[in-house]
Amino acid sequence: MPKDTGIGASSKRREDVRFLTGKGLYTDDVSLHAQAHAVMVRSTVAHGRIVRIDTSAAAAMPGVLAVFTGEDFAAVGGNPAGWLINSRDGTPMREPKRPVLAHGKVRHVGDAYAAVIAETYQQAKDAAEQLAADTEIEELPAIVDMKAAVADAGNRVHDEIPDNLCFDWGWIEDNRAAVDAAMKAAPHVVTLELVNNRLVPNAMEPRASIGEYNPGTGDYKLTTTSQNPHLTRLLVAAFVMGIPENKLTVVAPDVGGGFGSKIYHYGEEALVLAAAKKLGRPVRWTAERTESFLSDAHGRDHVTKIELGCTKEGEILAIRTETLANVGAYLSNFSTATPTFLHGTLMAGPYKVPHVYVNVKAVFTNTAPVDAYRGAGRPEATYSLERVIDKMCRELNLDPFEVRRKNLLTPDQFPYTTPVGLVYDTGNYQATLDKAIELGNVAGFEKRAAESKARGKLRGMGLSTWIEACGIAPSHLVGVLGSRVGLYDAATVRVNATGNISVMTGAHSHGQGHETVFAQIVAERLGIPESSVEIVHGDTSKIPFGMGSYGSRSLAVCGSAMNKAVDKIIAKGKKIAAHMLEAAEEDISFADGKFSVAGTDKAKTFGEIAFSAYVPHNYPLETLEPGLEETAFYDPGNFTYPAGAYICEVEVDPDTGKVDVVAFTAADDFGNVMNPMIVEGQVHGGVGQGIGQALCENTSYDENGQLLTGSFMDYAMPRADDVPFYTVDHSCSTPCTHNPLGVKGCGEAGAIGTPPAVVNAVIDALHRGGMTHVTHIDMPVSPHRVWQAING
Amino acid sequence: MHNFDFTKPSTIAEAVKALSAEGAQALSGGQTLIPTMKQRLAAPVTLVSLTGIAEMQGVCMGEGGLHIGAATPHAVVARDAAAHYPALAALAGGIGDPAVRNRGTIGGSIANNDPAACYPSAVLGSGATVVTNRRKIAADDYFQGMFTTALEEGEIVTSVVFPIPEKAAYVKFNQPASRFALTGVFVAKFKDGVRVAVTGASNDGVFRWAEAEAALSADFSAKAIAGLTVDADGMISDLHGTAAYRANLVKVLTGRAVTAAR
Repeated sequence: MPKDTGIGASSKRREDVRFLTGKGLYTDDVSLHAQAHAVMVRSTVAHGRIVRIDTSAAAAMPGVLAVFTGEDFAAVGGNPAGWLINSRDGTPMREPKRPVLAHGKVRHVGDAYAAVIAETYQQAKDAAEQLAADTEIEELPAIVDMKAAVADAGNRVHDEIPDNLCFDWGWIEDNRAAVDAAMKAAPHVVTLELVNNRLVPNAMEPRASIGEYNPGTGDYKLTTTSQNPHLTRLLVAAFVMGIPENKLTVVAPDVGGGFGSKIYHYGEEALVLAAAKKLGRPVRWTAERTESFLSDAHGRDHVTKIELGCTKEGEILAIRTETLANVGAYLSNFSTATPTFLHGTLMAGPYKVPHVYVNVKAVFTNTAPVDAYRGAGRPEATYSLERVIDKMCRELNLDPFEVRRKNLLTPDQFPYTTPVGLVYDTGNYQATLDKAIELGNVAGFEKRAAESKARGKLRGMGLSTWIEACGIAPSHLVGVLGSRVGLYDAATVRVNATGNISVMTGAHSHGQGHETVFAQIVAERLGIPESSVEIVHGDTSKIPFGMGSYGSRSLAVCGSAMNKAVDKIIAKGKKIAAHMLEAAEEDISFADGKFSVAGTDKAKTFGEIAFSAYVPHNYPLETLEPGLEETAFYDPGNFTYPAGAYICEVEVDPDTGKVDVVAFTAADDFGNVMNPMIVEGQVHGGVGQGIGQALCENTSYDENGQLLTGSFMDYAMPRADDVPFYTVDHSCSTPCTHNPLGVKGCGEAGAIGTPPAVVNAVIDALHRGGMTHVTHIDMPVSPHRVWQAING
Repeated sequence: MHNFDFTKPSTIAEAVKALSAEGAQALSGGQTLIPTMKQRLAAPVTLVSLTGIAEMQGVCMGEGGLHIGAATPHAVVARDAAAHYPALAALAGGIGDPAVRNRGTIGGSIANNDPAACYPSAVLGSGATVVTNRRKIAADDYFQGMFTTALEEGEIVTSVVFPIPEKAAYVKFNQPASRFALTGVFVAKFKDGVRVAVTGASNDGVFRWAEAEAALSADFSAKAIAGLTVDADGMISDLHGTAAYRANLVKVLTGRAVTAAR
């Protein structure tokens, strides 16, 4: 019997009432007295030297209040990289300054070099056009292709970085010789070169920021589209603007999707604060969709060569990869961690592989910055690995299901230390594989393929068995690996006098449903109705210092902090109850919302204890503070390791190359599940994005660095009719061993496990149709590319 | 968007007069013009709306076939042409999304003559007549290349008259992002022959595939065109498909349209 409330219930998302009735409050909905409007002036060339900016005409136009250029921010700090990576030779990565506004040079189309503030948005637009016309930029050759970028020492994105190389990272460098030897000795070596296509995040809500400054107090306020208000505050206050943290409040109200792109601090946030101070008025900026395409941090963009050494029977002996990772024109906050510690550490997959070595060269180009996007590094690792395993099966004529089964770690092997530095705590990969085979009706595939053939279609089936490391992250470990921040989280549980509860979380919900799920957990633990628990997030003046939401961390890290705070509430409640019930504290037990004395019928309800804490007439004031409010910080002991098996079935139209995903089965192990409906929704969203990457989405710059896919007219987002009805299962659960809720995280799973399953299915379909010359098609596997491969 | 004036005349004569002013621009459904203005790529002084003119609205049978007022939205054509010309109704019902279909108009589409629009293939494939405030123009004379038509300064499309074929079908292959026609083929079988019109594929805009018309006029079946090839020369090559790919689509979709024709 499914529960209808508390942990494990599919409680309806309470936030949807406001979202679906238009009552949400997004940054652009905030309207302030005397507000002024900012418009950014962006480069239309990919690479150029700023010769002259004449602001006089723009500044004199109607309604114009101020004009800013890069010169105005030359003295303040740059937007820093959050993670220091050392190259194989021990030298630190090259870390060019990322200014608020481009200064000296523009480095990608969309790079903002000036801003205009005016009374109205249209006046600011008019003046921005004038300013652009009054700017002289000497165009330089654009550096777009990564291989050319590292080969050409003369043409530099940053003048001080001669080979456009940020770092050359080896993981684990000490193992390199052993891996080379194992590869050399392997009876069979499979090689695959592939591209992990660059993606534009395309959150439904574009980025937006509003700056306020109170000259009477010196206080700043930034309302902004952020996944992590405290992290944004730290970056903009301490690193860029030099504002004391306690003089800046950052509010991230309702946020319409982030997928990683709203983790980062962007120059517009500093700009609106500086402008608000200069003018003494609120200054607002909202990106147009074109600006989102040009200036949001993009995702993926790897070019990889992967080699896999194996026996003729398909036992994996060694894996070696060489990757060029595009970081774009500047280092975004997590851009150096994404292709390294979120990628290389996953290259063993869920398999027992003795030897793994990963080399990543991060390359500057005249394109938008690239950073973490749903899955962040782990999709790239999974795609390389699952594609090369699929290729191995074809080269050696082996069954892809049996090859996975043969190589998967078995439950008795945990905890398992991988050759790339992680310790998997628990899992049962065979169970999810078996479940996917059952739910995907693999046994009935041949019959379905025959039916497709009768309709002129080629049917194929693709498998991927994936793992990720999330619940980001143990601070001591990431510190050793170069992180410049800690990755704990925090929550405050405030029991109000009347027994209802406000929970302030460091995690930020921008579509995930925290307000529902977190309330379910607190309600279950305290034996009170879910409706008595309110979740507060997104405002640094209200919440404890947490690190926000990304990396499938909210529940595993912030949820654990909240759980710890609830433990403290119960512990204090027991002390209060012991006093009120005239019993020893150790004789008090708490269950179903009641504090009871063991072996008696004496009890106090949670509400009575809460009231007593705030009206402490009968209360042990000499030994216990009044009030019932607890804060806990939680730093995870390890990453969490969700894993699963995905089976995709496609039909290929051989005449047009069109691929239809006709069935998709996802069997996942997320550990304990707090709200099955929300977990399914997260998987649906992730699989949809994975299908989007595999079949539709492509970010294409031409040789001059112009973005060819700069609007939805050319950038193909997946639509409802591009995806099938999914079969989703999470019954094969092995609870996480090191966090109190036993949860692993589910937000990124679909985006990680899906792309290789789709591409493997397409290759399978073509092989079944006799087109065995097709060994690989790069994503997106668009109709045109499939047709070319067929006719290649 | 820059500032502009707006007028909404109720007769064709008033509209023509309004359009004679300096910087005036006709506005029908605005599905191309408005986004262009929002991007500040067009800045007309005055927009003259053509959607308030009663005689430019609606679908009805009349002399020469099915008459469709130029300012009739796609959604109305999809609904009201279904009983008379199902292939045309289906084409209209497959343009864009519901919002586009309830604003965009047939006249606006063929006056703009976007090389990837659906309607030009139906007009050319049906051998329709484009009626303007000045004259009647045969479809074969009307379309003159990408974004180019026979319309003269101050001339507006007021209606389109479609002869009804025995059988017809439109098959579109979507451009993956915009869902305009990467290639679309309209096939119509009349008593005196078959017309095949192709949109989305050519650098010269909508065109008739003469070899297929000849073959299909002799034998209206997909196998009749099996031996034909489409020259990739002059086809559009872009992110979503090369010229060779589009040439292939022309043939594949023509065969499918013949099979689907009702």
